[in-house]
Amino acid sequence: MCEWCHTRAPRDVHTARLEPATPAAAADGEEEHVSVSSATEVVDPVPGAGAPHLPRQPDLVQLLTPEGERVEHPQYAIDLDAEELRDLYRDLVLVRRWDVEATALQRQGELGIWASLLGQEAAQVGAGRALQPGDMAFPTYREHGVAWTRGVDPLHVMSLFRGVDNGGWDPVATAFNLYTVVIGAQTLHATGYAMGVQRDGAETAVLAFLGDGATSQGEVNEAMIWAASFSAPVVFFCQNNQYAISVPLERQSRVPLYQRAAGFGFPGVRVDGNDVLAVLAVTRAALAAAREGQGPTFVEAFTYRMGAHTTSDDPTRYRLASELEEWKLRDPIARVKAYLSRSGVADADFFAAVEAEADELAARIRRGTTEMPDPPGTAMFDQVYAEQTPHLAAQQAEFEAYQASFEGGAES
Amino acid sequence: MSTETLTIGKALNLGLRRAMEDDAKVVLMGEDIGRLGGVFRITDGLQKDFGEDRVVDTPLAEAGILGTAVGLAMRGYRPVCEIQFDGFVFPAYNQIVTQVAKIHARSRGRLAMPVVIRIPFGGGIGAVEHHSESPEAYFAHTPGLKVVAVSNPVDAYWGIQQAIAHPDPIVFLEPKRRYWDKAEVDTAAPPDPLFASRVVRGGDDVTVLAYGPMVKTALQAAEAAAEEGRSLEVVDLRAISPLDLDPVFDSVRRTGRCVVVHEAPVTLGLGAEIATRVTEQCFHSLEAPVLRVGGYDTPYPPSKLEEEYLPDLDRVLDAVDRALQF
Repeated sequence: MCEWCHTRAPRDVHTARLEPATPAAAADGEEEHVSVSSATEVVDPVPGAGAPHLPRQPDLVQLLTPEGERVEHPQYAIDLDAEELRDLYRDLVLVRRWDVEATALQRQGELGIWASLLGQEAAQVGAGRALQPGDMAFPTYREHGVAWTRGVDPLHVMSLFRGVDNGGWDPVATAFNLYTVVIGAQTLHATGYAMGVQRDGAETAVLAFLGDGATSQGEVNEAMIWAASFSAPVVFFCQNNQYAISVPLERQSRVPLYQRAAGFGFPGVRVDGNDVLAVLAVTRAALAAAREGQGPTFVEAFTYRMGAHTTSDDPTRYRLASELEEWKLRDPIARVKAYLSRSGVADADFFAAVEAEADELAARIRRGTTEMPDPPGTAMFDQVYAEQTPHLAAQQAEFEAYQASFEGGAES
Repeated sequence: MSTETLTIGKALNLGLRRAMEDDAKVVLMGEDIGRLGGVFRITDGLQKDFGEDRVVDTPLAEAGILGTAVGLAMRGYRPVCEIQFDGFVFPAYNQIVTQVAKIHARSRGRLAMPVVIRIPFGGGIGAVEHHSESPEAYFAHTPGLKVVAVSNPVDAYWGIQQAIAHPDPIVFLEPKRRYWDKAEVDTAAPPDPLFASRVVRGGDDVTVLAYGPMVKTALQAAEAAAEEGRSLEVVDLRAISPLDLDPVFDSVRRTGRCVVVHEAPVTLGLGAEIATRVTEQCFHSLEAPVLRVGGYDTPYPPSKLEEEYLPDLDRVLDAVDRALQF
């Protein structure tokens, strides 16, 4: 195990260091513990953060360095043509633009809340583009980038965060389940769906999304036990963005997350979650293995939530700005742009065209969101059951009569 | 007409078998239901005949059973989940309440959730704790779920098939202490729809409502009351959610008195809801307040005390007396 995989002994207060410590020094336990701030730094330094020139970690799959240099990995190869590379860049940019627009719309009162994916674009686009059309995805509530790759209309996601519905897309037609807000519950749904795939004899893989916090949930652990026990064709794709709202990873796990898989009896891989090429390669391989009957894989996409947990959150209360600055050096989009430019795959005209497309998308999202009508009051009575029960029909009639009593209320 | 004498347990077993024959998408899941046939043997022999993919011995984790059932239902299957005992449903409570119950509504009808959750419920078998509980109100309180409780072999045989064929998720409560009660079952045609209450004994003085294991108790009370010249009308509610109370209202308008019996603790139990609705609908006919006979508001006691805790013939008759004296 390399130095940054070590998990330190538990301690109650995580303190910032006076002096920047190198990862090696930190692993040796030589850092000084001096309380200087109520905010904290992650105790395990981000792999290579602040020092991207350091040697790569041996068990982090990376195909594109933060500087945009293409590197090879002994197990995971990828060979994309120029158009595929440009498409990935376009995905990343458009998804980020959507996310930025949504955050702005929330600030302007047009959304109730927004869960930003800022910084996780590569993890989501890479995982989403690894899916084949017949595969099925089970998202959390932050997978806007995956929604994009499944052809979900962004406005159908915006309607959820505006409070119009619980997600307006068709989960069957898009093969992208509705968002699940109860942490980790969808990993069991994905596993059960995969058990159905087995019974159908279909060559379909299922991708279950979860975060680092969710790995503490009993249901997620049950899902992994089930998946292993039945060798279900499901891939657990964990975006480790370092925080469960405010709580850092080390409160969830004393071992690197991908190593948990071994305990369940299937492979675990840690991939640079900010490297879209590596995420695509690793997830493709895991999904292919699932389709071929080799059972589940756990993919830990090592990434960083560059924004707040949601627009209701204030990350300055639990992490230092310097940490974000370190991660900005590992930005998932900048490295692709550098690679495309340097390799001649894309030119200035292409980048300008993508920017223009992003602006158009943002304008469409803004217009569609602000013009979105509220649902009728009776909508809440719809579809509670396959057929409305007499009791509920009576309650709806009561509701309608009550509402109607306000019309022309001057006389009453 | 084809008639067999069956226990409730055997009727459930045959009903499950018939449902599996009728629809290849029916999958049974639960702990020890395969090779063992379930701790009450309700699934006896089914794995042998339908295979391990359709009668699944699951890992020992109730949330896992219900959570994977959701995924199977999304894939077009009709999972029938066995929870081994009432007190063990709570690890699955999250999946049942936050997921199973809501998915049809939150997907605006795009995703059906035809999941049946079989739970042996109620006390009276001298068991250790967590094996004798009546959790029905938790589920009846949850929009999106339906809840039924069978009381006899006929409803067991037909009810389980009707529940499996039904498009909504159903908590299917089986009166474990009555598993061995026998009756003639006509296996040619179902006598009633799944969600209909049924007057099981006509009478004029007091309307007694019960479901599941308490139907037998209510009928015994009616028998004893008849010897004292009192005529009780007994209604088997059968469905707990949605309630079918129109026959109850008709009955109470005649008798003017109503007693609700269940094993669950009385506070915020089904009796509370029923008393409210009967009062709203039959206010001018009532000669006495609606009375409840149920478990006390205590944790289910150790088995040496359960006879005191559980409603029995005498406690039902005591409530009948109080209603008549009002």
